[in-house]
Amino acid sequence: MTTLAPVLSAHWDTPDAYTLAGYERTGGYRALRAALERDPADLVGLVKASGLRGRGGAGFPTGMKWGFIPADSPKPSYLVVNADESEPGTCKDIPLMMATPHTLVEGVIIASYAIKAKHAFIYVRGEVLHVIRRLRAAVAEAYQAGYLGTDILGSGYDLDVVVHAGAGAYICGEETALLDSLEGRRGQPRLRPPFPAVAGLYASPTVINNVESIASVPAIVLGGSDWFRSMGSEKSPGFTLYSLSGHVANPGQYEAPLGVTLRELLELSGGVREGHELKFWTPGGSSTPILTTEHLDVPLDYEGMAGAGSMLGTKALQVFDETTSVVRTTLRWVEFYKHESCGKCTPCREGNWWLLQILRRLEAGQGSSEDIDLLLDLCDNIAGRSFCALADGTSACVTSAITHFRDEFEAGTHTPAWELFPYEASATVPVPASAPAQAVAP
Amino acid sequence: MSESGTSLDGTARAEMRELMARYPDPRSALLPMLHLVQAYDGYVTAAGIRLCAELLELSEAEVAGVATFYTMYKRHPMGEYHVGVCTNTLCAVMGGDAIWQRVSEHLGVGHDEVTEDGQVSLERVECNAACDYAPVVMVNWEFVDRQSPDSAVALVDALRTGEQVRATRGARICTFRQAERVIAGFADDRVGEGPAAGEPSLRGLRLAQENGWQAPPFPAESPGAAAAPARQTPSAPTKETP
Repeated sequence: MTTLAPVLSAHWDTPDAYTLAGYERTGGYRALRAALERDPADLVGLVKASGLRGRGGAGFPTGMKWGFIPADSPKPSYLVVNADESEPGTCKDIPLMMATPHTLVEGVIIASYAIKAKHAFIYVRGEVLHVIRRLRAAVAEAYQAGYLGTDILGSGYDLDVVVHAGAGAYICGEETALLDSLEGRRGQPRLRPPFPAVAGLYASPTVINNVESIASVPAIVLGGSDWFRSMGSEKSPGFTLYSLSGHVANPGQYEAPLGVTLRELLELSGGVREGHELKFWTPGGSSTPILTTEHLDVPLDYEGMAGAGSMLGTKALQVFDETTSVVRTTLRWVEFYKHESCGKCTPCREGNWWLLQILRRLEAGQGSSEDIDLLLDLCDNIAGRSFCALADGTSACVTSAITHFRDEFEAGTHTPAWELFPYEASATVPVPASAPAQAVAP
Repeated sequence: MSESGTSLDGTARAEMRELMARYPDPRSALLPMLHLVQAYDGYVTAAGIRLCAELLELSEAEVAGVATFYTMYKRHPMGEYHVGVCTNTLCAVMGGDAIWQRVSEHLGVGHDEVTEDGQVSLERVECNAACDYAPVVMVNWEFVDRQSPDSAVALVDALRTGEQVRATRGARICTFRQAERVIAGFADDRVGEGPAAGEPSLRGLRLAQENGWQAPPFPAESPGAAAAPARQTPSAPTKETP
């Protein structure tokens, strides 16, 4: 049985973990000293050899991304950290930045040095005031300690880091929308190519990495690629944060080698909430197709989830028990996608609006017999037909729900979801038994 | 957006220039500048849009186009305490819908509306990345975790009467304008308040400690290896505020 292996979260219980003193007392910034004695190209090689894959959802190899930065570009290169954690269910980067922001800052310095960037940006979502405080204070402390600024630790290397707060837009978690937003524009995805490695921020070579990916780098520098590969599998090496939420006895962050299964995580964490059983779950946020009890033993790694017809995504394990209406959850996720569609591409902008109309009548038990086919047809015209993956997320969410729970959608032609699944039964805090709050999308 | 009621003065202008200087391209400061407008005016005023446009040499339409894209920028004054109830799927199912209904009825205001005394505004927020603390309520973008309809009503009542409320994982809750000032890029003195992590964030770690589970130690030959994922006991408590 796979057990837990805290690395990123190993010191979150230190009361002053977020300060420079607390971080250094637990070994912080040793990796930076070691990294600055190496050649930048060596560090790119090290991260490539480690097999670290992006922790923000797509799972692209981090070292390969770094390697795409052209060596001979006349333009400056940039590192941008995607700290816009907004995918429904995802809640790992926020606690990391709250507890140990210096882990991220140290990773930023090492990564920037590796790709020869003189400027790095941490794009953090705006709606997390205290996290923004902690990040900015960490950056300020790093400057004072000589870890940022000019001639870092006497290495001759210069780096400036800006903590940039967003302003409320899920789409800015999409890397090219994030770049537009960071340039002071509406956050709308760009058409690729050119890819950010060639023309990213200010049309210059840019690496964009997730918080957890970058925060994993100091440990890889200290432990080496073999150490990192001693956890997880050949294609999905290393440790990662799994976020357990929903109808479980003990929601929280569980850091383990890649490849642990949901059954194992549930067993060691105390299981589904008492008296209930698992119905469905997301492996990595609402954009990853939902799975069921059939998939409890599939390894939670990139290949395992792909093999089950889903995606590892952000490892946001949202667990729903038998009290939950799938029509209701699907409707609410689609409300989210409709609200967050940036409006640039017609299939996404219009398609989400139409999906919502259909799902609302199915929830109310007023759907028609053609509605399921209509939903699937719409999804077919949304997925893969827009600039970015938001549309694919919507489609995955709807089609996977219909695949596994078609009967509930069929019931939506005659019985309201709240009669089949009284909503108060799903609540985990005391709520009155009453008609559901009507979904009013802002 | 009304003309009157702007507090943007020479200091605000200087602070905006300071924000612009932090970036290789000054336009990158537009989002922070709009947050700063809200710190002064409580929402994105026409005067704020004009000032951003003037400093960045953009048209007012370009600035307004950005301001209206993002949900944190408000088009009319918010309450001193802006309360966001997460009604995204997981929070909604676990009690967020009931919290929203109860609080909205209790205050007599709906989404994007403010109580008559100007103290509390309400918003249905999307996932705020605290799902292991669901159902979640935000106040001026601080976390108030694991809420119920009853506790949320008590929370908004406390806010309306001016009681000092503390975030579950965060600081004493400041006003909307003060929060916007920090978000824009000007620090306050509250970074040391609140814990490093809440209990759900620590559950995996505690379980690993109880069972003696840990990541393999770093290889001994690593330079300066002190077997770092293995825990080092803090020798002495230190001050928490940098």
